[in-house]
Amino acid sequence: MGKKIWAVAQQRAGELNRMSWEAIVAAQKLARLLDGEVEVVVLGEGDPVKSVTSDLARASVQCVRTADHPALASYTPGAYVGLFRSAIEKALPGLIILPHTYQSIDFMARLAQESGFALVPEVTEAGLEDGRLALRRPIMGGKLSAKVAIKDGSSAILSVQSGAFAAADLEEGDGAPSEALEFDAAAVSPDREILGVEEVGGEQVDLSQASVIVAVGRGVGGADKMAPVEELAQALGAEIGASRPVIDNGWLPRDRQIGSSGQTVAPKLYIALGISGAIQHLVGMKGSQVVVAVNKDPGAPIFGVARYGVVADLHEVVPALTQAIREAKA
Amino acid sequence: MRIAVCIKQVPDTEARLRVSADGKWIDEEDLPFVINESDEYALEEALQIAEKTDGEVVVFGLGPERTREALRKGLALGAAKAVHLEDEAFEGGDAVATGRALAAAIGRESFDLVMTGSQSDDIGWGATGSIIAGLLGWPHAWLVMGVELEEGGSSAKVTREMESGMNEIFRLSLPAVLEVQAGINHPRYASLKGIMQAKKKEIAKLSCSDLGLEASQVGAAGSGVQILSVAFPETGEGAQIIEGDAESAAKALVEKLKTEARVL
Repeated sequence: MGKKIWAVAQQRAGELNRMSWEAIVAAQKLARLLDGEVEVVVLGEGDPVKSVTSDLARASVQCVRTADHPALASYTPGAYVGLFRSAIEKALPGLIILPHTYQSIDFMARLAQESGFALVPEVTEAGLEDGRLALRRPIMGGKLSAKVAIKDGSSAILSVQSGAFAAADLEEGDGAPSEALEFDAAAVSPDREILGVEEVGGEQVDLSQASVIVAVGRGVGGADKMAPVEELAQALGAEIGASRPVIDNGWLPRDRQIGSSGQTVAPKLYIALGISGAIQHLVGMKGSQVVVAVNKDPGAPIFGVARYGVVADLHEVVPALTQAIREAKA
Repeated sequence: MRIAVCIKQVPDTEARLRVSADGKWIDEEDLPFVINESDEYALEEALQIAEKTDGEVVVFGLGPERTREALRKGLALGAAKAVHLEDEAFEGGDAVATGRALAAAIGRESFDLVMTGSQSDDIGWGATGSIIAGLLGWPHAWLVMGVELEEGGSSAKVTREMESGMNEIFRLSLPAVLEVQAGINHPRYASLKGIMQAKKKEIAKLSCSDLGLEASQVGAAGSGVQILSVAFPETGEGAQIIEGDAESAAKALVEKLKTEARVL
């Protein structure tokens, strides 16, 4: 394991992705364990990357290294992989830590393979075991987690799951110096011609402001089985949300989706019906004040974040719950 | 257009899971296996492109004997041929080792596109397709939500999902590897005719040595990462489970929401 640890910050149009701080916190933690030194690395072009560099400088790190290149104005995996591969050859970091964003996932596997680094995506915990780096990550859609180790001596690329390392734990310093990241400019070759960005179907429904949400998962079984759920939502004055499988199956429109690829919500009451609780869903609703879970599977991870749970078929519980709420409100 | 589709057989997401005796994986005995969800969408997208371009789809699967069921299903859905990578040496591979074997198998033939799911529902590296692309030296895209061929098939307009409800659209030259997101299309069901025809289609078998790879390059030996143990996550306090039949549980729950949690 080399002593140099890179924490990769992510920016878009000068706006820092807040998960960047979590990657830095993870890097600071690993630096303490491995007696290493953290450098923050950020890529982009011109003013956007300059402005985030000064923001990043408040972290207690060796330096903030900036790669400023016209071909980095928009993200492409070709430019990112080429740049990082040549920068790695020059600086020889032992560990590279990224936020587990869609952009990181898009390029980090290819970078790991091309640079001969081990790859561990979606890390939720990091520590040492018998002197080796041991990392925990979810498997089976979050139902279980696996502890994995990097084989001896190998450098590694990790991405850290949203929320696993708290940005509030950031160690601040007295202004980290800004340095240029050394790389071979010829290696920065975009492999996509960006044509544009579009909003997915427009967000007609803003679930982020809802104070009560009834959310359904795969367990609801079909669009034709939604009527009792709608009645429950009506009795509660709640908005209806859903986890991804419901949307993919076309049972509800996409603007009802809650989770990493949908909306982030924080109601005072969240009732999860037939939702197993994959991590991608949990990141979108963990800010809820009180979570109720109804699921047939007592091992469903949703029960881990719920305050109240009912282990039963939602189709039996929902009408009874609607009735009980009407009586309570009467 | 000739398209390679990689499909993985994974435990049914609805199945009850147990940790295996050695604590390093799940107990696979009596576990129902299905085609990985996003791989089904990748296969459907490939079949649609092949139909439009008078091309064909070849399905690739790496895994033990049971993987043949998934490949047979791929053939029933419309793939022309299947390739089964089966060798003890492949077992326990991480995404890099598994990608290396798949890329070697795909590289034996000529393809215009490789399609995979974006992430497996079991180990979920979300990486195998990107690694295949790196090894083939082709461009790739992850979390693909749309594919539109251009200019007689030398490039494609690809839509990828970004965070916060946005999609990015870009042009990718072909050949390329596309890692497809669930929800891109509506996967078809196998017809009786398809199932009958699948029985006559070929499932070619390739071992590690057939691929010209050493056992040290694939499987657990060729992986940079090894699993030490798997466990059900500690859930902290977890939920207060409310017992009883539907009616009494509903009443008790509403009472608690009103008086204990005070959210009603």
